[in-house]
Amino acid sequence: MNARELTKDEYFFGHKACAGCGGALAVRIAMKVLGKNAYAALPAGCMSAVGFNFPQLCFANNAIISTFAGTASMLTGIEAGLRAQGATDFTAVGFAGDGGTADIGIQALSGAIDRGDDILYICYDNEAYMNTGVQKSGLSPFGAKTTTTPAGERIRGNIRPKKRMFEIAAAHGIAYAATASVGYLNDYMDKIAKAKTIRGTKYIHVIAPCPVGWGTRTDETIELARDIADTGLWPLAEYENGVFRLTKRAREPFADPQNYFKKQSRFRHLTAGDIAAITADRDLNWEKIKKEYEGS
Amino acid sequence: MIIKPTLRDRPGAWALSDYPEGTYWEAGYLTQKNAGWRSERPVIDKEKCTGCLQCYLYCPDGTIDSDLNIDCDFCKGCGICAKICRVSAIRMEGETR
Amino acid sequence: MSREFLSGNEAFAFGVRLARPQVISAYPITPQTIVVERLAEMVEDGSLTAEFVHVESEHSALSCAMGASAVGARTFTATSSQGLLYMAECLNYVSGGRHPVVMMNANRSIALPWNIYGDQRDSLALLESGWIQAYAQDAQEALDMALLAYRVAEDPRVSTPFMANLDGFHLTHTYEVVEVPEQAEADAFLPRFETENKMSESVPKNLAFTAGPDHNTAFLYKQHEAMRRAADVIAESEGEFAEIFGRGYTGLVETLHTEDADTILVTLGSAAALAGEVCGKLRAAGEKTGLLRIRYMRPFPAAEIVRAVAGAKVVAVLEKDISFGFEGVVFTNINSALKQAGADVRTVNYVGGFGGRFISESDIARIYREAYREAGAAAKDGQRVRFIGATA
Repeated sequence: MNARELTKDEYFFGHKACAGCGGALAVRIAMKVLGKNAYAALPAGCMSAVGFNFPQLCFANNAIISTFAGTASMLTGIEAGLRAQGATDFTAVGFAGDGGTADIGIQALSGAIDRGDDILYICYDNEAYMNTGVQKSGLSPFGAKTTTTPAGERIRGNIRPKKRMFEIAAAHGIAYAATASVGYLNDYMDKIAKAKTIRGTKYIHVIAPCPVGWGTRTDETIELARDIADTGLWPLAEYENGVFRLTKRAREPFADPQNYFKKQSRFRHLTAGDIAAITADRDLNWEKIKKEYEGS
Repeated sequence: MIIKPTLRDRPGAWALSDYPEGTYWEAGYLTQKNAGWRSERPVIDKEKCTGCLQCYLYCPDGTIDSDLNIDCDFCKGCGICAKICRVSAIRMEGETR
Repeated sequence: MSREFLSGNEAFAFGVRLARPQVISAYPITPQTIVVERLAEMVEDGSLTAEFVHVESEHSALSCAMGASAVGARTFTATSSQGLLYMAECLNYVSGGRHPVVMMNANRSIALPWNIYGDQRDSLALLESGWIQAYAQDAQEALDMALLAYRVAEDPRVSTPFMANLDGFHLTHTYEVVEVPEQAEADAFLPRFETENKMSESVPKNLAFTAGPDHNTAFLYKQHEAMRRAADVIAESEGEFAEIFGRGYTGLVETLHTEDADTILVTLGSAAALAGEVCGKLRAAGEKTGLLRIRYMRPFPAAEIVRAVAGAKVVAVLEKDISFGFEGVVFTNINSALKQAGADVRTVNYVGGFGGRFISESDIARIYREAYREAGAAAKDGQRVRFIGATA
């Protein structure tokens, strides 16, 4: 899909997201693809905090805040409730952050995928609990400085890699799963549009840079979201019918991660050795991807 | 008519009877603008513009429509549009206040 | 109408079927599990048409029920004890959102120590969660309560979720002959669920939003008023229930011989059945005993209790919970009501039945006899409350 094919309707508008917010863009674009018959559930987190301050209510479509842990289970209820009343033409869509997905909401998400509920779950991943002021989540990347993983002599930022949520979703035998980035919206839109047509559970994990938490300028959001894909650190892929596939393959040799890290204050403390270790991990991951996705 | 949250003209004071019985309200009901957040505003040079719509697509706030009108009531001045423009047709101008 | 030999759990499931819920979220926990098992069987045999969702936790059970209610579907879920506590966040969420979910809770003790048997510490710990709380005494009342629950909860004047409490094992697993109404009678009693508080294609809404300091109080006040109105709606609904089904209930409380009683025992749930027998025997022996059974803890029957007990010399409150270091929460509520009304009656608190400990006929008889001399005085060991079954 491209910009010209999008509806002029704006479903997520007037919100109080910070300037340059990648998460707001992920929600806005997904809603434009899904259209007016989408019922959105958003747990506690940035997008519910900025979009639902009575009487400033920023979704033009049906939308509800769920409990932090309950995005997927509330979607299950919405979908079942509508279907029980005879509705057929709708999408139950969730927009949860990285903490709401990989940490507190993973149980309900796993339950929904296990049941094969006909819902679309979108994780907008800004790689920390941004709404509460940048604390480490299960999707914070290795090395990232957050307010609970300071970078100093004893703690060198977050010491664990991101949970592999895309693979975790796929391991359930999910109907459809994909990774995406707000840097490449055409690819993201294709995935939303495809997910809309598939029956069963759909999981889309979209990287959504946060200028505040990443320590970047507000106008750098899109280039960072492109860098993370171009460096090979975040492969753009999908999983369907039991098969993994790259959708927008990063060109090799990949862009140097050094430049991606240098732009963000959360990574400023990383040494050449740290970046070499991250790069080695990336290469290992790509060997696996080439073998498993591409059979080479 | 496009579907979009819209600004309402409603008085600031609320009586009990104005409230809904529970936490439900009309979708897309806006009472405030976001213009005050901005220190810079985007200006499109229509001569240079090729109409690729990348600024419309990538705006996190949906404040540039597909006819390239900028809604300055809601633009936060993030500058993504200026940065994404391949032909540098958008420049950020300081707000003079 | 048919007669069936049913346990409390089964009777409640029969009542739920008559209410025709559209979405049921089910998760097992003893001693509630039989309710969702029976409902699954009913869906399987075609006698109930509902989306039956196998959620992975109690938190999801109630979150799912709220999602379905938020699009206008009639919903049901059930839980007990640890499960009720696990979904505690969702309890306030559903009530604050004003979604009329109906849930059965099988009253059970709370760990630690682990114990699967009945007391009422689970639901009473969540008295402030904004749900209507009713306590059934027998299986017939359980079945009828399921129907009344939907009628009251969904009334637009109320729009508040309903927790129907059945004492674990004592009621959930005890079999009795129960009159089961015809579907047509149930349909006549219970209208379709209609609400403005929902997301729909025709009128898109934003739900469950934030209300800051300027707006927050208004929503809480409205919730409070709705709970107060529930008392009238319960009375009105029970009146119509009696007309259709020929069985009456007595509102927020039920009384026995309270008019001229010197000593009135107040209790709730299945213990009231035995207490009624003891009260009757003592009456026959010439003692001026009375009994008040609390049917609803929320809305709290303050006026009804004051009216019934104000003329007595002493009120003994027997409850299956304890606010550690203080007293039972039912006792606290009753004392507040009496004090506010200026009622000059002495009160004493007995707590017991913990972890399923049987409250015997002699326990109750002893309470009736001791209460007068114990009231207003600390126990020998300085306690405000008397523990049944914790004697040295």
